[in-house]
Amino acid sequence: MSTLEVSGLTVRLPPGADRAEAVSGVSFGVERGELLCLVGESGSGKTVIAHAVMGLLPKALALTAGSMRLEGEELTQIGAARRRRLRGSRMAMIFQEPMTALNPVMTCGAQIDEVLRYHTRMAQGERRARVGALLGEVALATELAEAYPHQLSGGQRQRVGIAIALALEPALLIADEPTTALDATTQAQILRLIVELQRRHGMAVLFVTHDFGVVAEIAHRIAVLREGRLVEVGAKHEVLTRPQHEYTRMLIRSVPTLVPRARPVDARAPVVLATRGLSKTYVERGWLRVRREVQAASDVTLEVRKGQTLGIVGESGSGKTTLARCIARLIEPTGGEVRLGGVDLARMKRRELRSLRRRVQVVFQDPYRSLNPRRSVGQAIIEGPLNYGVPRTEALKRARRLMELVGLDPAALGRYPHQFSGGQRQRICIARALALEPELLVADEPVSALDVSVQAQVLALLEDIRTRLELAMLFITHDLRVAAQICDQIAVMQNGRVVEHGPTAQVFAQPRHPYTQALLAAAPGRNYAFATA
Amino acid sequence: MLPRNWSVRIGGAALLALILVAIAAPWLGTVDPTLFDAASRDLRPGEVGSITTLEGETLPHRFLMGSDSYGRDIYSRVLYGTRVSLIVGLACAVVALFCGVLLGLIAGYVRAADGLVMRVMDGVMAIPAILIAIAVVALWRASLATVIMAIAIPEIPRVTRLVRSLVLTIREEPYVEAAVALGTSAPNIMFGHILPNTIAPLLVQGTYICAFAILLEAILSFLGVGLPPDIPTWGNIMAEGRVQFVAYPHNVFFPGVFLAVTVLAVNMLGDGLRDTLDPKLAVDEHA
Repeated sequence: MSTLEVSGLTVRLPPGADRAEAVSGVSFGVERGELLCLVGESGSGKTVIAHAVMGLLPKALALTAGSMRLEGEELTQIGAARRRRLRGSRMAMIFQEPMTALNPVMTCGAQIDEVLRYHTRMAQGERRARVGALLGEVALATELAEAYPHQLSGGQRQRVGIAIALALEPALLIADEPTTALDATTQAQILRLIVELQRRHGMAVLFVTHDFGVVAEIAHRIAVLREGRLVEVGAKHEVLTRPQHEYTRMLIRSVPTLVPRARPVDARAPVVLATRGLSKTYVERGWLRVRREVQAASDVTLEVRKGQTLGIVGESGSGKTTLARCIARLIEPTGGEVRLGGVDLARMKRRELRSLRRRVQVVFQDPYRSLNPRRSVGQAIIEGPLNYGVPRTEALKRARRLMELVGLDPAALGRYPHQFSGGQRQRICIARALALEPELLVADEPVSALDVSVQAQVLALLEDIRTRLELAMLFITHDLRVAAQICDQIAVMQNGRVVEHGPTAQVFAQPRHPYTQALLAAAPGRNYAFATA
Repeated sequence: MLPRNWSVRIGGAALLALILVAIAAPWLGTVDPTLFDAASRDLRPGEVGSITTLEGETLPHRFLMGSDSYGRDIYSRVLYGTRVSLIVGLACAVVALFCGVLLGLIAGYVRAADGLVMRVMDGVMAIPAILIAIAVVALWRASLATVIMAIAIPEIPRVTRLVRSLVLTIREEPYVEAAVALGTSAPNIMFGHILPNTIAPLLVQGTYICAFAILLEAILSFLGVGLPPDIPTWGNIMAEGRVQFVAYPHNVFFPGVFLAVTVLAVNMLGDGLRDTLDPKLAVDEHA
């Protein structure tokens, strides 16, 4: 008997959605001691399945057909009270965002204790001992039972979440993108922990993810979802190396490899951007508080040449976005130089800066928020040229050309951002940045918010544009796979400093700094050769 | 396009009906609301009496809502009063929103101005609205314009606070940063990018101001510090009827009903708009 047996599961979407059913006739099983990865892009219905099993579907979604059996017990037939008993004791869930999944006003220990209090008759002393043991099991110090969630790091919070899920030794653990919000090195640790705990307890694990690197790292079997339908189920090695379905093949093909692409680099190309000793210090001051300084970026010296891409790689809080914003002069650096074609922007006043702004343009991370929802795409693209005195008809003509360049229909210029998908919006943002014919394009995590297949297309577009327009590009990313594909040079940042800097191939092959080595070691699925055809 | 929200439908329809009544008042069987006739004092609703025109002509007239102690037709006065109330409500909302938006944008976008503008607003907020209103009317004499200003001024700080908080969030949006990078000037960012994204909450706030202004105008008139007593407003009618309330309740009842219905309609419209325009509910479109 499988721990979880799902068959013919169908969940209807409310009328007016982009399709009739969130999940259509999905069947799969998870055995004891098995880790099944449910893989799919955004909107594929993977989270809906996880929530359906837990009985956490929002009211708007109706379960219309199918059965779900947990250790032989039909979940679709049971009442609310029985379901509540099963949740936590026989099946448990870990969530994506550990900060919001924990209650900020309760200590971590109290939140683990809560599960024990509701589901068992343990005495207080026993419970305290069990909380301590659980914290030990997820490799946290027992003292952290007294800590509040905000006092912990993201990884520690996720460990607390896991401890809560494990408290009653459930037969089934559902993990909904539990490492997506974490840094690479933390992600590697959490994945290791989940695999280890599963082995120790012999649980069945249903692991929802969009990341094939993670899949390669931990899965036993893989189920691939597309628009609510299961397109392929199989053993990990089978699916990753010999995918049967065209969609799976396309997904796996889109995963960028960690092997840097060799590209001839002209070492004599003119330098477009050079920073020297660039620093940004944030000062927190209050009437009655002690002055506090945060070095977001310190002493950064870099060069980007015409037609080349410099990648800035680092985890969250490493200062890479601060650096990008200083270079684009969205914020004022506290020290150092930002030389653009020989002119220093760092100390320039707003008025002088205006004429130079057009030479540096930015593409932001979140394609949903970087376009004004109340302005049409055409208005967005011509805004820059209009600011610099280009006549309207001329600007519109340019906008049409740019739409073609980024692979969109010029007839769509009158439409509004919400009518486009994430990938299309990012193309629009690129067109908007290019409208001013910049010399330097700063791309701040431009593909992090996109699905893997869309990500591949946008990367290809950026690459194409850089070559065609001979742009210098500063590419900021936390994803080593992406960096390997698009960057000629790489600068690794940690705590506001550049700790390693060199040609991409060299940094990947012989990382010198321990931090770079740790980053490379943490990249999920690094040892896996995905199917390439 | 018919709105789906029932609060918007009902509130909007009631308000529309009131606006039509206000416009069509002369053709709804009314007489000049200032005309009186000593022979027709204190008539009960539905009774027939007479009314004397300015030319001295005496005409028979059915008093649908009765008459007051001067022999004036309550029905005509209430219908014409609708005009005053709606004008006051709308004008107060427009004045308060206009000033509040301007101050809020400046406070939210220009760091240096923030402290000064907001402290002045805090000062205004510390004084009860009705006290400011009475002071303004006392300073410049009662007229439609002064009453509107008197009611709008205490509302300005509330709008300013709302707009400032909206600006503080919107200015951090990537699309505003993108506009900065595109070399867009500060006024263009404020009015072209930030302002259009504050419209929805402002519209809702506007309806609340409108409802409150209608109520406050009635209160001021009732207290005798509002519009001059010869102008038919609901507050004035009620103030005059107050003395005889026990014997002739219709003097207070009919304008009271109109006032209650109007304020309810505007508030319903506001609540409905808030629900339909709520950005949290609108997010579903993207999900």
